Amino acid sequence: MSRLGELLDQGGLIITGEAPVIDGGTLADYEAKLAELAPWCDAMNATDNTAAHAHASNVAMAIAMQRLGVEPILQVVCRDKNRIAQQADIMGAALHGVENICCLTGDDVTAGDESEARRVFDLDGPQLIRLANSLKEGRYLSGRSVGTPPALVIGAVENPGAPPLDYRAQRAAKKILAGARYLQLQICYHPDRLEAFVAALHEGGWTERCAIIPTVVAVKGAGPLRFMDSAVPGIAVPAETISRVADAEDPAEEAYRLVLEQSRHALSLPGVRGLHLTDFRKDGSMERLCRDLGIPPRSERSTTRADHDLVRV
Amino acid sequence: MGLVSLVEHAVKKPIWDCRMCGQCVLHDTGMTCPMTCPKTLRNGPCGGVREDGRCEVKPEMRCVWVKAEERSRTLPLMPQDWRDHFNNLRPPVDNRLKGTSSWRNLLSGRDRETPPGWTPEAEAEKAEA
Repeated sequence: MSRLGELLDQGGLIITGEAPVIDGGTLADYEAKLAELAPWCDAMNATDNTAAHAHASNVAMAIAMQRLGVEPILQVVCRDKNRIAQQADIMGAALHGVENICCLTGDDVTAGDESEARRVFDLDGPQLIRLANSLKEGRYLSGRSVGTPPALVIGAVENPGAPPLDYRAQRAAKKILAGARYLQLQICYHPDRLEAFVAALHEGGWTERCAIIPTVVAVKGAGPLRFMDSAVPGIAVPAETISRVADAEDPAEEAYRLVLEQSRHALSLPGVRGLHLTDFRKDGSMERLCRDLGIPPRSERSTTRADHDLVRV
Repeated sequence: MGLVSLVEHAVKKPIWDCRMCGQCVLHDTGMTCPMTCPKTLRNGPCGGVREDGRCEVKPEMRCVWVKAEERSRTLPLMPQDWRDHFNNLRPPVDNRLKGTSSWRNLLSGRDRETPPGWTPEAEAEKAEA
């Protein structure tokens, strides 16, 4: 079973990370790119053409990570491929030992640099979760047998900060019912929204069967915050958060304090089982963040709950 | 297009901007057609909804699912079970039905056929028992 699967079963703290995309180069180049974040992560997302920009494919990226000793989470989005190709990707990756799957609807083609492309969306996110579940049970969607079923660890994403706010937890519950065992959340710059979302899932008993993993993003200054606010669909950054960083004496340090604060807040919420780390700083901040949070490197973490409780205190 | 589909389209196009998917779920989605979502999502809003409730792809329109969610709660005269069905997991679209009459497919039960691998084993066993 994958380490992520073990953590889900045993209750340990889960740290996932967003792996950098691949645009050319060799495996050795990629190993160097992963080096900063990988030692802190239980598993890392092999992304699927992030924000509708073409990169090395999710499957190729997951296999590369596997070869480099980093546990991948295969992201599968619905934008670029139909259900036949999606099943082929999941089964193809499983052949190489990739078990963690994260199912997304995906950004629209208009979010990328080839807006003229045809959008597919043959399935949507919740349907894709169910499809992955069928493969895990040993059948393609057609009902045809898979032979030896892959031991998939199926997850999904949800955005706690986008309208309709009151409905987001119900949508998450729908994904859990469809088979998601973990949910990586979109970065949320409204702590109250994250809190309400997680509380609704926790009160509904959903966090017993699904690990909630909020995303935190480390940035160097106010620029990326402004960019996310204006250009990334579904992310809103309050003006006071942007000015807090922009007007600080040392914006880079203030941006670090912000991500540390967000991480502490997320980990304090009952039902939250870990963090998904995204690093745009590339200056050693991820190590600093983990150390400040009291999170040891992966090699020193166990997969059981005791370890998780240690961090919460 | 047969006569029934022509009549159906004539009624549903002006009111709901019907796309004739042939497997109508309007009653479960607050009488808001999910096929008018640019991503044709049938199971709720994507994560890209703008802060003001507008669509990620077409900012000039309100998110279809923001509208659907609101209407599923507030539309008068809607049977309670239609409201309750809002959060059901709707199966993938059967692309063979595009252009056919969903009224006819509803009567024949064709619109409820799903691929054999769609229903999880546990649920399939329960249904058989």
